[in-house]
Amino acid sequence: MDKILKMVAQRLALGAVTLFVVSLIIFLAVQLLPGDLAEAILGQAATEETVAAFRRELHLDLPAHERYLNWLFGILQGDLGRSLANQRDISELIGKRLLNTLFLAALAASIAVPLAVTLGVLAALYRNSFYDRMVNMATLTTISFPEFFVAYILVLILAVNMGVFPSISNVSSDLGLWDRVYRSFLPALTLTLVVVAHMMRMTRAAIINLLASPYIEMANLKGIKRSRIITHHALPNALSPIINVIVINLAYLVVGVVIVEVVFVYPGLGQLMVDSVSKRDIPVVQACSLIFAATYVLLNLTADILSILSNPRLMHPR
Amino acid sequence: MTSKLANGGKGEVLLEMRGLRIEGQADEIWHEIVCGIDLTLRRGEVLGLIGESGAGKSTIGIAAMGFTRPGCRISGGTITFDGIELTSAPEETKRRLRGSRIAYVAQSAAASFNPAHKLIQQFSEAPVQHGVLNSSQAAKDAIDIYHRLQMPEPDSIGFRYPHQVSGGQLQRAMVAMAMACKPDLIVFDEPTTALDVTTQIEVLAAIKDIVHQFNTAAIYISHDLAVVAQLADRIMVLRYGNLIEEGETRAMLDRPEETYTRQLLAVRSYRRDESPPTKEDPPLLEVRGISAGYGPHIKVLDDVSVKIGRKRTVAVVGESGSGKSTLARVVTGLLPPYQGEVFFKGQALPPSYKNRTQDQLRQVQMIYQMPDVALNPKQKVRDVIGRPLAFYLNMNEAARNRRVSDLLEMIELPADFADRLPGELSGGQKQRICIARALAAEPELIICDEVTSALDQLVAEEILKLLQRLQDDLEVSYLFITHDLATVRAISDEIVVMLQGRVVQQGGKTKVLTPPHHEYTELLLSSVPEMDPDWLDDLLEKRAS
Repeated sequence: MDKILKMVAQRLALGAVTLFVVSLIIFLAVQLLPGDLAEAILGQAATEETVAAFRRELHLDLPAHERYLNWLFGILQGDLGRSLANQRDISELIGKRLLNTLFLAALAASIAVPLAVTLGVLAALYRNSFYDRMVNMATLTTISFPEFFVAYILVLILAVNMGVFPSISNVSSDLGLWDRVYRSFLPALTLTLVVVAHMMRMTRAAIINLLASPYIEMANLKGIKRSRIITHHALPNALSPIINVIVINLAYLVVGVVIVEVVFVYPGLGQLMVDSVSKRDIPVVQACSLIFAATYVLLNLTADILSILSNPRLMHPR
Repeated sequence: MTSKLANGGKGEVLLEMRGLRIEGQADEIWHEIVCGIDLTLRRGEVLGLIGESGAGKSTIGIAAMGFTRPGCRISGGTITFDGIELTSAPEETKRRLRGSRIAYVAQSAAASFNPAHKLIQQFSEAPVQHGVLNSSQAAKDAIDIYHRLQMPEPDSIGFRYPHQVSGGQLQRAMVAMAMACKPDLIVFDEPTTALDVTTQIEVLAAIKDIVHQFNTAAIYISHDLAVVAQLADRIMVLRYGNLIEEGETRAMLDRPEETYTRQLLAVRSYRRDESPPTKEDPPLLEVRGISAGYGPHIKVLDDVSVKIGRKRTVAVVGESGSGKSTLARVVTGLLPPYQGEVFFKGQALPPSYKNRTQDQLRQVQMIYQMPDVALNPKQKVRDVIGRPLAFYLNMNEAARNRRVSDLLEMIELPADFADRLPGELSGGQKQRICIARALAAEPELIICDEVTSALDQLVAEEILKLLQRLQDDLEVSYLFITHDLATVRAISDEIVVMLQGRVVQQGGKTKVLTPPHHEYTELLLSSVPEMDPDWLDDLLEKRAS
C-alpha cells in the first residue's frame, strides 16, 4: 500500500506540473482569440477614451505576462477571478454548472459503463454469432451518427411522439433526485449511445485477445464452463486496457458534452464555456479549460491506480 | 493383443483410440497431423508418447480429452473413454469429463496458471465447479496434496500467486491441481521440459509418487526417451503423426526394432575427446574478477574469472538464474560490469559495446537460443548473412553474394537457400543460418547461448557436429553456455560450473567429469536422466540414504 500512496503522491505532483503547463497554453491560446471584450461590450459607437478606460478598469491594458501571473496567483489562492461580462464571481458562476455537468456525466456513466462491459463480455462469449454482429453493428451505428443527430432523433421519438421524457432539461438545484434523473434522462441517453461502442468493443477485444493464452486452454481442459472462463479467467486479466478506455470515455462525458448540453439546453459547464467564448469573457473560458484539464489529469491518475490494483504482480511482489 | 499380455497385472481398458485422424489447418489447407493412431490404455497404466516436434504427440494427448486446439479437427476414428465415445459426444458431456475424470498437466506451468488468481483458488476451481467438493474441503485437499508432493511450506504456498513461486514449485502445483478431482486419467504434456535437470528430478519423483498413490492412469508426453523411461510402463514412438513402434518400456530400451527408435536411443552418444590444453599467453579471451548485475542492487555475477584459449570450447553450465547468460552479456559489452575487466588477446576491452571499435566488435559474435526470434522474418537469408559482410568487411554486392554462397556451403545448406525467407526454413536450418551470420564477421570467438536447447535432439546433434567441424576448419573458439550436460560432454574442452553467480568448479572436461567432483557438479551430473527405467528410483534411494 505504501508504494501506491507514494505513486499517488508522485502522480499528483506530476499532475500539478501538467496543469501549470496547461494553464500557460490556455492563456496563450486565449490571447490568440480575435476580438476584444471592451469593444464587444461597448459596441462600435464607443469612443476611444471609454474603451481605454474600460480596459484599464478590467486590467486589460497590462502586458500579457503580468496578467498571466495575476491570474496564476489568483488560482493558487483559490480565486478564479471575476467574469468580465457580468462582474460575478467565477467560482460561484461555475460551481453550480460544474455540479450539473458532473451529475449528467455520472448518470450517463452509470448507464453506459455497466451496459458496455456486459455487452462486451457477452460479445466475447458469443463471438462471431448473430448476437455479436448485431451488437457490433448497433453500437457502431450510434457512434457513427453526429451527437446532435442522435439527440434530435431521441427528442423526436421519446419527447415529441411518445412524450415520455421532456425535450428540455431545465434542471435546478431545488429539484429532487428522481426529478433530476427524469429531466436529464435524454441527454444522458444520448451520451450513452455515443460512448458505449468504444468501451464495448475494447472489452470484447481485450477478452478475445486473451482467449489464445495457455491458461485459458488450461481452464477449458479443467472443464470450466465457457461463461465462467470469460468472466473469471479472461476478464480479470483484461481489466487494465478496459479501465483505460472507460476512463477516457468518462473524461469525454465531462469535457465533450458541449453539443448535447446545447441541444437540451442543459445548464452545464460546456454551455457556459461556449457562451463565454462568444462574449469574449476570457477569465471564464480560462477557468473552464483549467477545470477540464484537471478532470483529465485526475481521471487518468484514477485509471493508473485501478490498473495497479487489478494486477496481482504489482500488488503482491515476490 | 500383445499389450494385454505385457500388462496382465493392470486393470480394464480405460481409454481406447481406433484409427484416430486429426487434421490441422495451415494456409487455408487442411493437413493430416495424426494419421490413424490406435492406442489402448488400462486403468493405472502409464503410457509414454515420444517423438520429436511435429510427431503429433501433444495433439493425441489432448484428443484423449475430446479436445482439439483451435485450427485442428478430428477427421476420423474413435476415442472411447470408459465407454463414452468422445468424438460424437456433445460438448457438455466432454466438459463434465475434463478436469474431473481426465486432467491435464501442461508444459509451461508459468503460462498455464492464471496470473490473476491464487494457486489454491485454481486448485479448488475444478472440484467446486464440477460439484465434487465444496471450497473448504477442496482447500483442505489441496494442502494435503501439497504435503504429499513435498512442496515447501505446504500449508501456505497455496495462498500465493503464480508469479510468487519458482518454476519447479509451480510445475508441482500443477500436478497437484490435476489431482484435485482424483481423475482416472492424467495427460502430462512435457511437464519437465522447461525445467533444470535438478528441478526435473523433483517433479518426476512427484509425478511418479502421486500416480502410484492414487493408481491413476497417465499419458506421459515427452521428446526425451530417458525421462519417459522413468515413468512409463509402455512406450509409443511417434513420427509425423504415425506410430513407429510400440512396446513395453524395458523391452523397447533393450531391443528397439525400428531404426528411428535406435536413433532416439543413441541420441546422447556423440562425444569427442578433450583436446590438449595449449600454452598461450595471453589467452584469446580472459574475463577477470567480473561482478555484474542489473540496477544497483541485483547482483547476478560475483567475482567470475574465465579464460578461453584459441580453438578451444569452454562450456559454462548451471541452472537457470546462475548467471550464465549475464556472463555472455558482459563479454559482448551489453552489460558493463560493476567490477573486473574483459581482456581480448591481452588487451582490455571497453566495458560497454558503445565504446568498442568496430574490429573489437567483429571479433566476438553471438548465436542465440531461439533462431525464430533471432532472425528478422522479413529478410531473406542473403540479407541476413550479407549484413555483417557489408557492415564489418565493407564488401560490395558481388563479393557479398560470393561469400554468402561460400558460407552456405560451410553450414551444409544448398546455395539457393540464399533467396529464402526464415519462415520457409526448419528450426535446425534457421539455427544454421544464425551460425553462418556469426561466421560472416570472421570472428575469433563465438558465444553460443543455449544454441541447441530449442531444437529436437537429433537436429541438435547435427548442429553440434557442425560447430565442431567449423572449429576444426576455422580455428574459432566457443564460449558455450548451456544447462544441458549431454551437450557439455559432447563438445567442450573445458567446463565452468556456475551456481548463483559464482564459479564453483572449472577445469578440463575430463577432470571435471571424473570424480571426485565438487558437490554441486555431482548433483548436476547425477541429475541427468539415463536410459534406464530404474535410474530415478535408484537415484532417489541413494540420495535419501
